[in-house]
Amino acid sequence: MAVLVIAEHDGKQLKPGTTNTITAAGKLGGDVTVLVAGHQCAEAGNAVAKVAGVAKVLVADAPHYEGAVAENMAALVLGIAKNYSHVVAPATGFGKNFMPRVAAMLDVQQISDISGVVSADTFVRPTYAGNVMATVQSGDAIKIITVRATAFDPAGDGGSAPVETLAPAADAGLSKFVGQELTKSARPELTAARIIVSGGRGMGSADNFKILDPLADKLGAAVGASRAAVDSGFVPNDYQVGQTGKIVAPELYIAVGISGAIQHLAGMKDSKVIVAINKDAEAPIFSVASYWVVDDLFKAVPEMVKELG
Amino acid sequence: MKVLVTAKRVIDPYVKVRVKSDGTGVETANVKMTINPFCEIAVEQAVRMKEAGIVTEIVVVSIGTLQCQETIRTAMAMGADRGILVETAEEVQPLAVAKVLKAIIDKEQPKLVIMGKQAIDDDSNQSGQMLSALLGWPQATHISNITINGDNADITREIDGGLEKLAIKLPAVVTADLRLNEPRYVTLPNIMKAKKKPLENIKPDALGVDVKPRLKTLKVEEPSKRSAGVKVADVKELVAKLKNEARVI
Repeated sequence: MAVLVIAEHDGKQLKPGTTNTITAAGKLGGDVTVLVAGHQCAEAGNAVAKVAGVAKVLVADAPHYEGAVAENMAALVLGIAKNYSHVVAPATGFGKNFMPRVAAMLDVQQISDISGVVSADTFVRPTYAGNVMATVQSGDAIKIITVRATAFDPAGDGGSAPVETLAPAADAGLSKFVGQELTKSARPELTAARIIVSGGRGMGSADNFKILDPLADKLGAAVGASRAAVDSGFVPNDYQVGQTGKIVAPELYIAVGISGAIQHLAGMKDSKVIVAINKDAEAPIFSVASYWVVDDLFKAVPEMVKELG
Repeated sequence: MKVLVTAKRVIDPYVKVRVKSDGTGVETANVKMTINPFCEIAVEQAVRMKEAGIVTEIVVVSIGTLQCQETIRTAMAMGADRGILVETAEEVQPLAVAKVLKAIIDKEQPKLVIMGKQAIDDDSNQSGQMLSALLGWPQATHISNITINGDNADITREIDGGLEKLAIKLPAVVTADLRLNEPRYVTLPNIMKAKKKPLENIKPDALGVDVKPRLKTLKVEEPSKRSAGVKVADVKELVAKLKNEARVI
C-alpha cells in the first residue's frame, strides 16, 4: 500500500514542515504520493515532484481550495484516502485543521503530532506539553497521522516524480475563506529559522521588545516570544513559541528574559543549542540551557550585538 | 440562540506531571485537577455572548468520571445554565468524544458549539473538528474572534503566519484559542448559585455510543533529558563559546 502526504504550500513553494513530513512518511513503508491542493498551485506541485522520496504528485486546483478551508480539504482527501494505508500531514495549523475531519469521516482515531515511527502501526507522540512521551498503537484500517516536523529531518532534493491532475471535489459551501492578514517580516519564519531570538515577560513592554531586533538582524534570526510576552501584549500571537504556540527546534535558540515555564519549554527544548539570558539566577530556563548568562538583558543584549561586530 | 460548550477535566497545568513507575500512564491520584484552560475560554465566550443578549441558554457537557461534576459546576459558576455529565471510567479518545457530543447535540439542537482548541493532557487537537465533520456542520478552529450575524458568523482564526478571516454558516462548531478572551474568576456567590443549577448524569450506552479506546497506549515515559549546560561569566564569553565551541554562529 502507498502513503499519502498532504502538502502545505503557498501556491508556489512548499511551507517548512512538508519535507520533514515526507521523511516521516518514508518510514511507514510503501510509495509516497503527495497531494497538492490549492488555487493556482501548479508551481507548488512541480516543487514537490523534485523532493527526494516522492513517487507521485497529485495536484487538485480549484478556487475553493484557497486558504485550505477545512471542509473542502477534508472532502477532497476523503475521496482518495481509501487507496492508501496512511494519510499524513504536518501538525501545523494547516494539518491540525482538516485532518481530524478526514479521520472522523473514516471512523478512524487520528494519531496527532507524532515524533517517532516505531512501526507501520505504532508511533511515539508527546503529550502533556512534551513532558510525557506516549507510544501508541492503532488498530484502524487507515492511519490518519499528523507529524511534528521538528522531530524529522527535511527530505532533500533529487526527486523527479510524475505530476498528475486530481479532479477537485465539490465545494461544500459551508464556510468561505475571506482573507488572511499575515505578519509582515523580512526575517525567516519561526518554524524554518536556523536561529531564533525569543523574548519573555522580562522584556517589560512592546517598545522594549524591539531591542531584540538588532540582535536578530545581526544573526539572521527569527524573533519569537513566550506566552507571557504575548499575553502581556508585547507581540502578536503568531510569535508564540510553546505548547500553545509553535514548536521549534532551531540550531540556536536564544531566550531573553524568559523564565522557562513548562509550556514554553515544550515548544523549544529540542533546539540544538539553547542560550538563556536572565537576571534571575534561579530561572527554570537554565535547566535546559546549553549556556546561560545571569545578567540584566537591557545591558546584555546591546553588548551581544556589539560583540558580534 | 442556544449554545453548547464542553469542559474537560485535566491535571492542573501548573502541576508537574509524573509518569507512573510501571509506565502505564501518568499519576493522577491526589493530583490537583482543573477545567482545561481552553475549555474555560470557550465557556467564558458563551457567557459573554449571553451577557450581550445573543445567547439565551448555555448547556455545558463534560465526559469522564463522576468527579467531572466539579468541572461542570465551575462552568456553571462562570455562567453556564445547566450541565450534562456523560459518566464513564474509560479513557475517552477524541473520536469517541465527538460521537458522544453528536448524540447530545442531535437532542439539544444548539445553534453553536464552542469547545477548547485542545486539551492540555493528550494535546490531540481533534475533537471539535471531528464533531463538526460528524454533524456535517462548518468548523472554525483556533478562533480569536467571533461575531454572529443572523444565521452566519464572522470569524478570525489564529494561523501560523498571522490571522485568517472566515465566514461560516450556523449551526457550526468553533474552537477557542488563547486570545479569544480572558476568563473571569468565579466568585463565591456564583459557586453557591451553581450548586442549584440542574446537572443531568447519563451513560454513553444510553446515547448508543461505544467509547472504547481505538488507540492502545503501549507505554508512557519521560522524554530524554538534555545534558547539563554551563554558566558563562558574561556576554563576551558567551559569544566566544557560540563561535568556537558550539559553532552555531
